[in-house]
Amino acid sequence: MPVITSNTLKDTYDVIIVGSGAGGGQTAYTLTMEGVKVLMLEAGRSFDPATEVAMFQLPSHAPLRGVSTPDKQYGFHDCSINSGWNIPGEPYTNASPEPEHQFRWWRQRMMGGRTNHWGRISLRNGPYDFKPRTRFGAGFDWPIGYEDVAPYYDKVEMLVGVFGTNEGLENSPDSSPGVLQPAPKLRVGELYAQKHGQKVGAKIVPIHRAVLTKPQDADTLPAKLHPKNAKAQRILAEHMRMRAPCFWATDCHRGCAIRANYDSQTVHLRPALATENLDILPNAMAREVTIDKQGKATGVTFIDKTNGQERHAAGRVVVLAASSQESVRLLLNSKSALFPHGLANSSGKVGKYITDSVSSSVGAHIPAFENMPVHNEDGAGGPHAYVPWTLHDQNRNGELGFPGGYHLEFTTGRQMPSLTVVNGIDRLAGDGGVLYGKRLKEDARRFYGCNLGFGAQGTMLPNDGTYCELDPTLKDQWGIPVLRFHWKWTDFDLNQVRHQQKFITELLQAAGGKVSPKTEADIFKTMKPGGSVIHEVGGAIMGEDRETSVTNQWSQTWDVKNLFLADGAPFASTADKNPTLTIMALAWRMADHLMDELKKGNL
Amino acid sequence: MSTPVDLPRMDRRKAIQWMLSTAATVAARDTGLHAAESTTTAPPLAKGYGPDPSMVKVYQPGDVWPLTLSEPQRRAAHALCDVIIPADASSPSASSVGVPDFIDEWISSPYPAQATDRRIVLEGLKWIDDEASRRFKKVFAELTDEQQTAICDDLCHPAKTKPEHKAAAAFFKRYRDLTAGGYYTTAEGMKAIGYVGNVASATFDGPPLEALKHVGLA
Ligand SMILES: Cc1cc2nc3c(=O)[nH]c(=O)nc-3n(C[C@H](O)[C@H](O)[C@H](O)COP(=O)(O)OP(=O)(O)OC[C@H]3O[C@@H](n4cnc5c(N)ncnc54)[C@H](O)[C@@H]3O)c2cc1C
Ligand code: SF4
Repeated sequence: MPVITSNTLKDTYDVIIVGSGAGGGQTAYTLTMEGVKVLMLEAGRSFDPATEVAMFQLPSHAPLRGVSTPDKQYGFHDCSINSGWNIPGEPYTNASPEPEHQFRWWRQRMMGGRTNHWGRISLRNGPYDFKPRTRFGAGFDWPIGYEDVAPYYDKVEMLVGVFGTNEGLENSPDSSPGVLQPAPKLRVGELYAQKHGQKVGAKIVPIHRAVLTKPQDADTLPAKLHPKNAKAQRILAEHMRMRAPCFWATDCHRGCAIRANYDSQTVHLRPALATENLDILPNAMAREVTIDKQGKATGVTFIDKTNGQERHAAGRVVVLAASSQESVRLLLNSKSALFPHGLANSSGKVGKYITDSVSSSVGAHIPAFENMPVHNEDGAGGPHAYVPWTLHDQNRNGELGFPGGYHLEFTTGRQMPSLTVVNGIDRLAGDGGVLYGKRLKEDARRFYGCNLGFGAQGTMLPNDGTYCELDPTLKDQWGIPVLRFHWKWTDFDLNQVRHQQKFITELLQAAGGKVSPKTEADIFKTMKPGGSVIHEVGGAIMGEDRETSVTNQWSQTWDVKNLFLADGAPFASTADKNPTLTIMALAWRMADHLMDELKKGNL
Repeated sequence: MSTPVDLPRMDRRKAIQWMLSTAATVAARDTGLHAAESTTTAPPLAKGYGPDPSMVKVYQPGDVWPLTLSEPQRRAAHALCDVIIPADASSPSASSVGVPDFIDEWISSPYPAQATDRRIVLEGLKWIDDEASRRFKKVFAELTDEQQTAICDDLCHPAKTKPEHKAAAAFFKRYRDLTAGGYYTTAEGMKAIGYVGNVASATFDGPPLEALKHVGLA
């Protein structure tokens, strides 16, 4: 893919974007399709999904059967390189040693960021999710409502291709007619849970995922997305035709060489490059946003990782999309006489109000699945169904002890075996021994694919105890100060996890599974630690005024009018929905506003 | 048995530092050193594949770091794999699909998580040959199926295991897990367990009628 080096940087650009993931990709796409000259700085190396992803390899084709190691922390074939919870030379710290106050930080350092291996679950935030204070008397209302974002949800879904159905659910909005791709058929476990879950009030519907189940409509979608822009329509149509629909095999976390699912390069960056308005500079680790005497951003200082040299790129506007906490780090590290506590931080709110999904899981063995007739359940490389949150009445009546809710994601199916495929087999076989020989082979076949499990992901409203700041002493390998995290769960979060455990247990029992819920005493062990769901957002939240928030409703910082954020940093709270679709919708909306302001000469 | 036993408890950052410094000082292993070491349980001084390996390449055990089992250890490893997963009418044995090589690769790995298994497996293989010699005057690989099974039966029931067999039983359980995991992650093993995916197809038709009937959905 055409990329530049720091020696071929142009003197100046209209817009500099830091980061090439979901938010940076969407911003670059929107701007360049409309003729804006953009430079994208990306800390990782170039990466080509068409030639570098291992779609069909078996675990036996990888070292150690592909298990995770400190080098590849999600497993060998997972589409993440130079990435992980711990990256050598790039530490972060936690202020407290206590397990319940830990934050874990997954970072991806490659072109396309985390969109190379995300789960592609693409749920819209609902109206309640934008107004938690109005609804529940807690957290912060976003300065925008669902109706402000809805048109952008439609646009993003049409562009990236999202399968799913419209179910008319409260607070889990429908898409406009004709926007969604057809949902794939459900698998045995999903159908079985759908039937038996009714006994405990679980509603099971097709999930929404950024996977093409049929070719994109290249004849009509480009005109809907770029009215009156013939060049953009032509480029988009061409790129839509280059994408194949899913071929119902392989694991989407490994990446998709046929472009059936969404990653930033395939869907955003390639058309953006085709406009010839985009320069991408890989191996460029942004260190600081520079400003002039009037407090306007002038560009970005970065380390060229290929030679360790520091360089500067100049632009009229700067957009940070380095992932929410990495953008926060950049702001905090951009200190000046005008902004001694970090850029755009006159409110003191930069780094505050980080959230992640509130999450726990339970799994069970389903005896009814034993000795299932052999059949192929690969499907679209991830779940086809989910359990949306429907207990809004109980919420309204204050019966639950927590605001918002959670949805459940499945683990089920006859998936490709991994090294742990026979784990638990001795317990199932029941005589307390360690199975081996002929009996092992028979039982392995009998019990394979009989798991049913659910992971809950729920609302987290911001609290004062969860924030990050610069570590007073520690620096990374380039001498850039690192982040120190503080994490605190509230009673709301703990109550929610108790509810999750109880509800999932009932659901599994309704399906004939034998489960004992994890005990209350272990609540912190039961729930996933902060950050580990990798839905971390916040840290530069949007709001109605400059005293209580970092950006306005356009993700434009109050203090520096030509500085914008395009990742999860402006999220005022975490809904029970996974954040990425919303990151993209907000980025598109931000970019439209940015262009308006550019045209008006306001930036 | 010596120092590396507590490697898994090392914190991540230290472990990574340890790996990096090891990798830097011992770029390639000296074969003399390698042979001398193969009877000890010290950690292998090899290099990992790093954070940016080629993912599309097909790897064989030994491609990234050297294997360590000596010939007698290999023979015991081989025999035990096949007691755990023998061939039958429809599927091959563990050794015939390369599981012993995988186990060798596993215990030769430079990563901290495998260090404990290295000690367990190397000590266990030694024990099982010693036990075979004590009881039947031959090494494990040379025993009849019945004799091999007699030894394994003493190890496969934690509740009935004699106190002096405790460590050997723990080895047996771990070795069984590695063998089964190693087996079912090969193409042949996948077929044996009933996984038939990983093939591209034009449509996804959902479960077949027999599967739906099986669970009472049709
Ligand atoms: C295993 C996994 C599964 C997931 N599943 C889902 C899912 O199903 N649904 C969902 O909605 N979300 C999911 N997510 C989360 C999703 O990946 C993120 O929300 C999304 O990628 C965030 O986009 P982003 O643009 O903010 O950041 P990223 O995608 O992380 O991109 C940030 C980019 O910025 C670069 N960068 C960082 N710092 C600098 C710097 N200083 N200078 C230059 N470049 C820099 C990074 O290298 C990176 O490429 C998942 C994540 C993981 C890891
Ligand atoms: S399952 Fe489909 S979308 Fe996912 S990686 Fe495979 S072909 Fe691509």
